[in-house]
This record gives sequence, C-alpha cells and structure tokens, in this order.
Amino acid sequence: MDWVNAILQGTLLGGLYALFAAGLSLIFGVMRLVNIAHGDLIVLAAYLALTVIMALGIHPLMSLLAVVPVMAVVGYVLQRSILNRTLGDDILPPLLVSFGLSVIIQNALLETYTADPQRLSAGPIEVASLNLGGLAVGYLPFLMFVTAVAIIGGLQIVFYRTGLGRAFRAVSDNQDIAQLMGINRRHVFALAMALSLAVTAVAGIFLGIRTSFDPATGPARLIFGFEAVIIGGMGSLWGTLAGGVILGVSQAIGAQVNPGWQILAGHVAFLVILAVRPRGLFPRMDG
Amino acid sequence: MPEPILRTNRLDARYGDFQALYCVDMELGEGEVVAIIGANGAGKTTLMRSVSGLMKNAAEQIVYRGRPIGALRADQVAELGIGLVPEGRQLFPSLSVEENLIIGGRVGRSGPWSLAAIYALFPVLEERRHLPSTSLSGGQQQMVAIGRALMANPDLVMFDEISLGLAPVVIKQIYDALPGIVGEGMSAVVVEQDVTKALSVSSRVYCLQEGRVSLEGCSDTVTREEISRAYFGQ
Repeated sequence: MDWVNAILQGTLLGGLYALFAAGLSLIFGVMRLVNIAHGDLIVLAAYLALTVIMALGIHPLMSLLAVVPVMAVVGYVLQRSILNRTLGDDILPPLLVSFGLSVIIQNALLETYTADPQRLSAGPIEVASLNLGGLAVGYLPFLMFVTAVAIIGGLQIVFYRTGLGRAFRAVSDNQDIAQLMGINRRHVFALAMALSLAVTAVAGIFLGIRTSFDPATGPARLIFGFEAVIIGGMGSLWGTLAGGVILGVSQAIGAQVNPGWQILAGHVAFLVILAVRPRGLFPRMDG
Repeated sequence: MPEPILRTNRLDARYGDFQALYCVDMELGEGEVVAIIGANGAGKTTLMRSVSGLMKNAAEQIVYRGRPIGALRADQVAELGIGLVPEGRQLFPSLSVEENLIIGGRVGRSGPWSLAAIYALFPVLEERRHLPSTSLSGGQQQMVAIGRALMANPDLVMFDEISLGLAPVVIKQIYDALPGIVGEGMSAVVVEQDVTKALSVSSRVYCLQEGRVSLEGCSDTVTREEISRAYFGQ
C-alpha cells in the first residue's frame, strides 16, 4: 500500500511539475526560445502573490485573479522590448539574455523581499484530505493536478482550435511565410510569452502554497520544468503533462526507497529516458 | 499610362556584402499581368522578397498606389493587398489544407475569394481539406499555395516559379486556372523560368540578368533573339 500511495502522490505532484513545464514547452514550441529565466519568473509570480495577499488580506487562490493578468502583461512587454531582439538564426543570444534576466530577477527579489523563506498560507485546505480506502488524497495536490490537466487541455484547445493557435503554429513552421499572411510575428511571439507567463503565475502560486520559497528557488524549478518538457517530447503539451507525472512518480518512488533519494531518482529517470528516447516520449517537432 | 499600381524606383537589394539587385525600374499597371523571366540567380526571387516586404529596402524604392512601401514589414504589405505565392510552395506543415487557406484569409480584406470560391476553382482541395498539407502531391500543394494567397483578396498577386518541379500536365492545369484568377480584376506578376509559359499569360515582360533589367517589352512582339540575348548576355 505504501508503494501505491507513493505512486499516487507522485502523480499528483507531477501536476505541479507539468505546470512549471507548460509555459516552457509553449514558448519553445512557438519560437524555439529556451527561457532560462522561467524558474525565476515562477518565483517572481509567487512573490507578487505574496504582496497582493499581504496588501488585500485575501486567500492565495484569489490572488490568481490579480497575478495572472499582471504576469501576462509582464510577458508581453518582456517579449516585445527585449526577447524579440534576441531571436534569429543563432540560438545563443536568447539563452544568454534569459540567463542574464534570471540573475537580475533573483537579485531584484533579494533586494525587495530579503533572503527569508516565505510561504503562501492557504489555511485548512492545505492539510485537508479525502480518504480513499486507506489512501489519503490531499485536496490541495488534487486541486493542483486537476488545474494542470485543465490548463494543458485549455492550451491544447487554443493551439489546435483557435485563430491564435493557427498563428502560433504558422510562425513556428515558417516565420517569413507567416508574415506574408499578415501575421506580425513580434506580436504573436509576445502573445505566446504572455500566455506562458499567465500559466507561470498559476505555477508560482501553487509552488508558494505547497512549499516555502526564497529568491534562489527558481533554478531548481527550471530544471524540473526542463526535465518534464524533455521527457514528454519537445513541443508536445500532453507529453509535458506525462513528463511531469513521470518525474513526480520517480521522485516519490525514490523517496519511498530512501528519503535522500527523492531528487536523485527524478534526475535518474530523466537521464534514462534521454538515453533511450532522446526525442522524448511524444515528440511533435521535426529536427 | 495612368498611375501604375506598383512601381520600383532604382531598387537595390543586397544580402550582406552581396548585391542581388541593381537599379531595377519596373512598373505594373492596374489589372495588368507582367512576366519576369531570367536565369537562376538573376534576382527574380529577391525582387519578390523585396516587394512583399520580406527584405527591407529604402521606402521610396517601392511605390504601391502612390504610397512608398519599401520599408514596411511583410505583414503590413500583406494588409495593403499584395499577395505572394512563394517559390517552392512553402505551406505550413502543422496546418491542415483548410487551415492553410483560412490563415491566408486572416488579413480580412473583402473580395470575391472565400473558401467556397477556392474549392470551386480547385475541387480536389475540398476532398482533402482535413489532411495535413504535406500529404498532398506537389501540384495539389501548389493549388493550396495559390489559394492561400488568393484568400487575402489581394489587388496584386505575385506568383514565384509556380511551375517549378511539377509535372507538365499539372503545370497546364494550373496555368489554365490563371486567367480565371486574374480575370477578377487583379494585377499579377508571374515569375517563371519557362519563357513560353510566361509570355503566353502576360501582356508585358521584363528580363533580369545578374540583378539588372536587361529587357523590357510587350509579350507578343518581343523576339526570341532579344530574349536569348537578355537572358544570357552578349
């Protein structure tokens, strides 16, 4: 029963990892941009939520209403003002610039909020759980998982059923020809980044409720996000969910064997999949 | 001659240090079909890229309906009503046949072309509209590329090498459809390596050679000798 429990809890944790990864997967799919600052943007969203919660005295989940639109605007402006200028045939400039951005965000957070660990307190829901024949399913992990599935399903609909999604896929296929269709790629890229950071806002708030965070927390979230994206296959949204779940389950099983092995087990699972299926489990991209 | 729909003024274009076009002066009248011929590397595709905005030029070097457009982005040029059927078709592989057509219509100009009109012109596309665009034959892909450009209801459409790599029977089918397309009052530029085809659909012809205009004339009076001299040089 302990093992079944580990797998169940790992699956639910995988939902959070999928939320870390969904925004990365989306912008990589649209513009081949690897955003090194993604983890720090997750932490930035958590701090923004903290500020909103302190100022208004509202529940963390209510702060989503403010933080999601703010992060979307941050994404749009960031892309239009900085990241668009780095995109081109060379993949190095966006990597370096987003790495610099990561350093800037961490230090700005340190200046503003100090290095003290913070939490977003969600009240009784944090410990409430549902008893399923000996297995305890926490409301909060369950909510995170359902949210992750809903967000990835929503992104899937945006991508494959809407005009914006057609524009995303068209610029991803061929930027020049997409421009000929009257698509301003700079605007479309900025919309993709806005969507990515809106998802990041949700991830940041769930992160803050689940565990404590400080300005240096970002890079580790970035690693989990990357691993989920690569396990799932570049550019595949449902693959990203599967990647998150595989990562979460591996960590839970590792922790079950020996509590010290939790993180290690996740990385090992990632390396094994990278060795066996270098393009991930459900690759969409060619080349 | 009334004010042309499109004019280039001493158009230069370069890729880094390599200059691809030198002082190209051209005109296209309202409703006119002009052919551009020339050998590989003569600058035909560069000219298309410049007019469509994929390559930046000085604003005054390209004038559309009296408005300098040389420095505009490609999406802005598309909104003004200039369409391009690019060399090598270049459909969006992630989009189905119908999505390729729909995205062509997103500039939202009004006019005779709609999904129904495209399907009436190329019925085979309607049967395959939900398939990935890459699953079509070369000729069918070319039909999608033409339909995609028409969906924007452009006033001026440029066809870049539409017969390249296609079987003769398919080329004939596509050229048979051209009068019906241009008959809707559109102006057109046809870039073509097949000189006979180019002359048969156009009223005037320009020949490019190493980035310069080497010949300009009426398609039905220009002689073979003139063309071969303009094509290959003296």
